[in-house]
Amino acid sequence: MSGVELFAHQFRSDLVRFWRNPQSRYFTILLPIVFLVIFAAIFKGTTIVDGRRIDITTFYVPGIMTLGIISAAFVNLTQAIVTQRENGEFKRLRGTPLPAGIVIGSRALVGVVVAVAMSALLLLIGRLAYDVRLPHTTMVGLVIAVVVGAAAFSCISFAVATRIAAADTAPAATNLTVLPLYFISGVFVPEGQIPKFLRGVATVFPIHHLSRALLRPITDTHGLGIAGTDLLIVGAWGVAALLFAARTFQWSPRAE
Amino acid sequence: MRAPTARAQVSASAIEVRGLRKSYGAHEVVRGIDIEVGEGEIFAFLGPNGAGKTTTVEILEGYRSRNAGEVSVLGADPAAAGRSWRSRIGLVLQSCTMPAELTVRELVELYAGYYRHPRSSAETIELVGLAEKRDARTTQLSGGQLRRLDVALALIGDPELVFLDEPTTGFDPSARHHAWEVISDLRELGKTIFLTTHYMDEAEALADRVAVIAAGEIVAEGTPETLGGRDHARTDVSFTLSSATTVAELPGELAAAAQLREDGRVHVTALEPARALHTLTGWALEHRVQLGDLSVSRPTLEDVYLQLIDANEHPQ
Repeated sequence: MSGVELFAHQFRSDLVRFWRNPQSRYFTILLPIVFLVIFAAIFKGTTIVDGRRIDITTFYVPGIMTLGIISAAFVNLTQAIVTQRENGEFKRLRGTPLPAGIVIGSRALVGVVVAVAMSALLLLIGRLAYDVRLPHTTMVGLVIAVVVGAAAFSCISFAVATRIAAADTAPAATNLTVLPLYFISGVFVPEGQIPKFLRGVATVFPIHHLSRALLRPITDTHGLGIAGTDLLIVGAWGVAALLFAARTFQWSPRAE
Repeated sequence: MRAPTARAQVSASAIEVRGLRKSYGAHEVVRGIDIEVGEGEIFAFLGPNGAGKTTTVEILEGYRSRNAGEVSVLGADPAAAGRSWRSRIGLVLQSCTMPAELTVRELVELYAGYYRHPRSSAETIELVGLAEKRDARTTQLSGGQLRRLDVALALIGDPELVFLDEPTTGFDPSARHHAWEVISDLRELGKTIFLTTHYMDEAEALADRVAVIAAGEIVAEGTPETLGGRDHARTDVSFTLSSATTVAELPGELAAAAQLREDGRVHVTALEPARALHTLTGWALEHRVQLGDLSVSRPTLEDVYLQLIDANEHPQ
């Protein structure tokens, strides 16, 4: 098999494993959809984002998209990495001729592909159920934000996974980090309703910037919908995490 | 201390180790050991936990670095070996959980894709006796079946050398015997096997040669039959006597060597068991004495092993 064929061979199997894992399906696919439906059912009216008045449902589509991307490319991916390391699967794979880059790249690509698919699905539900429409020109900005966000959060996964010792504690560690941040980063609640101090805290972390980058294509009626600064900050988090992971990543179980 | 060299060596041995040393901090766990395993040989590496066994195996597998010594596995230094070398070895690690989401066949075919010239997946599944379970998820397999799947993954690349690290730990007796059959089949395929185990009967059933490591040093090496001078050891002849007969009534040469032990049996240690038995049974017939539960036994590999480990832990 050539390098590309070998990658495809591994990727197919990793994707099948994602799909057959009930936890992955419920938390990564079903949960964001349920959240979108519930938020849209509870909250009515309009809100002001970037000086523009938009429907609250229009606000929640990119908001829950942020959640969907992070669930797939961070929460689920971190769980998969820690589990496979602690199971001894990674160690075993290092004993085969399969190159390390394919083991990591394939796992990361599953996170990115699922994040992209979830974004498309949420956008479609928004369009069909809540008549959420994007200006045609900003589609490019949305695609860039989804891909940059998914790629950056998979890098963060590999970095965070090195700090988690056991598969059991992975969901707690990742959810305890992202859940409070969702609330203060304008994912669950429009930014205007968040106290200034908490908003300030949120700007340090990438969730706030990803959420803004995903909102921009909706509010930016005249441009391409690209939030350059926010995307740069998200990207910088990704690169920094990747450098950290490259130095500290372990193949063998922590227990050894 | 010499740094490990990446220089490949040409040899007829599958594994050659000279003066291997490994320390963790100030603690030296492998203290200058030599090992040689010939091609096609089944080599058993024995030792108690913490003796340096796993460290040594992981150095040979390329998972750990070393502080000193020369190591050649299939002609290459594992610390510097690459993909083509990995394709020539198969590993069964001490513990590895199988992916719950895949079936036996999917997993074996996944691993087959990693190798340039894999064995047939169907045949390999057959070889380890999992043909009936080929479409079952790994979560539906018993402990023994999982271990056999592990062996299938180690064999799928058609390796020349297979490392089996405690392959039957936690098995029930019938699963263990089944696994032994699989390993014996590997011998027929001409594979070299490096086996670590806690079970002496396993080493005895499978190994051509055995080495015992204790406290980081090799304390004995040989065939299972000759290890630790087992072939020269005295034979133990034991039996019970009815209460009417005492040890003192035994023929002179036996009475001197006989001992009534706590188990209620008379034990005679004999250098020449045939002669001792002849004398004993002749005497019993002549005096119409019943010899209950007459048994003749040589020290088991386990006896020899325990003696070796004990001597190492409590040097005199």
